[in-house]
Amino acid sequence: MRGLTTALAALAVIGLGYWAYHQTILTQQALREVDHLQRSIGIERERLSVLRAEWAYLNRPDRLRDLADLNFDRLGLMPLGPEQFGDAALIPFPLPEELVIDNASSGGPGLAGPDDEEFP
Amino acid sequence: MSLRTPLRPLARILPARQKGENPDAIERENLRLRHEAQRDKMRQRAESRLILVALCFMIAFGAVGTRMYALATSDVEEPELVTNGASIVNTRADIVDREGRVLATNFVTNSLYAHPHEIIDARAAADGLASIFPDMDADALHRRFTSETRFIWLRRYISPEQEQLVHDLGEPGLLFGPREMRLYPNGSLAAHIMGGASFGQEAVNAAEVIGVAGVESEFDEVLRDPARGDAPLVLSIDLSVQAAVEQVLAGGMAMMNARGAAAVLMDARTGEIVAMASLPDFDPNARPRPLTDGEAADSPLFNRAMQGVYELGSVFKTFTIAQALEEGLVNVETMIDTTGPLRMSGFAINDFHYYGASQSVEDVLVHSSNIGTARIAQMIGADRQQRFLGQLGFFQPTAVEMVEASAGRPLLPSRWGELSTMTISYGHGLSTTPLHLAAGYASILNGGTVVTPTVLRQDAPVLGERVVSEEVSQTMRGLLRSVVTDGTASFGEVEGYAVGGKTGTADKPRTAGGGYYEDRVIATFAGAFPMYDPQYVIVVTLDEPSETSGPEPRRTAGWTAVPIAAELIRRAAPLLGLRPTIEPLGAYQLSSASQ
Repeated sequence: MRGLTTALAALAVIGLGYWAYHQTILTQQALREVDHLQRSIGIERERLSVLRAEWAYLNRPDRLRDLADLNFDRLGLMPLGPEQFGDAALIPFPLPEELVIDNASSGGPGLAGPDDEEFP
Repeated sequence: MSLRTPLRPLARILPARQKGENPDAIERENLRLRHEAQRDKMRQRAESRLILVALCFMIAFGAVGTRMYALATSDVEEPELVTNGASIVNTRADIVDREGRVLATNFVTNSLYAHPHEIIDARAAADGLASIFPDMDADALHRRFTSETRFIWLRRYISPEQEQLVHDLGEPGLLFGPREMRLYPNGSLAAHIMGGASFGQEAVNAAEVIGVAGVESEFDEVLRDPARGDAPLVLSIDLSVQAAVEQVLAGGMAMMNARGAAAVLMDARTGEIVAMASLPDFDPNARPRPLTDGEAADSPLFNRAMQGVYELGSVFKTFTIAQALEEGLVNVETMIDTTGPLRMSGFAINDFHYYGASQSVEDVLVHSSNIGTARIAQMIGADRQQRFLGQLGFFQPTAVEMVEASAGRPLLPSRWGELSTMTISYGHGLSTTPLHLAAGYASILNGGTVVTPTVLRQDAPVLGERVVSEEVSQTMRGLLRSVVTDGTASFGEVEGYAVGGKTGTADKPRTAGGGYYEDRVIATFAGAFPMYDPQYVIVVTLDEPSETSGPEPRRTAGWTAVPIAAELIRRAAPLLGLRPTIEPLGAYQLSSASQ
């Protein structure tokens, strides 16, 4: 009985020792991975800042203005001006849709089908 | 127990033998006593050992327990697990405009240096470098590479393409050191506000980036503060408005043949500078060196809007008339004697045009009568005038957050007598910067509270000290509106934006001293829009303009600065989100004020 207990205790110690060792290895691996990830986060951040700088550089007003001038025949972009502001009152009221009188249709008068989206 | 007691003491044995007892009983008895004493002693020792062991265990478990408690109750802060990427990348915070668009950021690049003792083929290295960098001299480099020097700086920073080319030379003696470089992606846009940056302390592995001018220098400490994280510095500048202002101003300056030009667009209520331009300008990515001789104003580094102190001329009449209305000395219909010339201690004050022997206060401003304004200033007197202009900030450099601001210190007359009072009333004898003027106009027109110019975005309304009453402010809006509708600034009308303002044309003082140039002027327009509820103040100043479309050159502000200001408003107002509107009727109560 006493020998069995001793043997079990010894086995438990060996098992726990192995478990602790395994955990240590896992922790070290995790730390290495964190280190690695952090380095790549740093690199990504650096890349991000470069991309942000590049974005700002490509969107600088001088360049956009030149591009608008170069592509004027296609885009016709003009600087924002007061005459471009509209008023709600200037928008034409939508004309009433033509009544579709069709005995066969079950939709009822004036109910537009999906094809009728265009209006003048 | 020093003395060992014998087991068979004769003193007891002999009497016991005589009595016929067994003497062995005495020996056993003594032996028993001795064993008992030994057992007591050992038990004591064992007890103390047990206590000691228990104590050790208590300390050990106590330590583990305390540590566990500390770990359980404190935040996770294992050094290896704390993210610190931000502080690595951003050694200097970005600068953004009011909408968050990048004005200044950092760029990681490399510096190039050489260890001559590690160079294998000095000739090839020198030739290779000379072909990559055209300004390097192959022979000079070869001489340096073969000298005794152990370290040579070749470039402060190089582009990635250049780095690749140098790398391809395959020379182990050419080395790269990481460098963080300040980048202004918009080039010369808002150059004077940004200022520029350069390297401070330099080492192989890193270099300190320091601001040398503008907000970069003023907020150097703030931008470098690691505690900022990646929070950028938010300016009040609007990138698109600034770009439009610079474009229009550059076009106008060329058209008006001016030497220089400056424009300030300011929020009338908060003092936020939405756009500030000074031409000629420069690229802060390659900041030119300051001039060592000649006039500072000839350098592109010179910010005319903030450092240039000029006599700005008739735009100052606004302040004189506002003060006279505020003090209750006149109302807009009071007739002022404008017969000229007005002689004062050997000095004659003249008008540009003659509009009759007397004019109402309104006409004095609309027709820009020097004589009329001087007479009003006489009523105000030197003391009150000084106090009023001082309140508006005309005696101090502007408080705007840039290092150059202190250079824009106004020039005051050494003796502020009656003549000075009269000339200053129409803007001669007191030199200020266009930025001062913008702040002054904002203070008068926003309802009468002092405005402090700033380049930082203000999120809350700023209410300054009161200089004129609400009514006077409203009257001045109406008066300045009529200058545009009926007066000298008629080219300033922009449909839908109810522009109001005042022109000023001042002769330039001779640099060598002694009087004024005949044909060189500073032309200024100072105004606001929309005038029934001023949101923005605009100041445009041209240095030596001349408009040559007519038979003879025209130099007055009405012909030069005003059309540019009108175009600026036409371009900037929609960008600022102002819709063109129809001016409300009776927006300005001209007659009811100040009586």
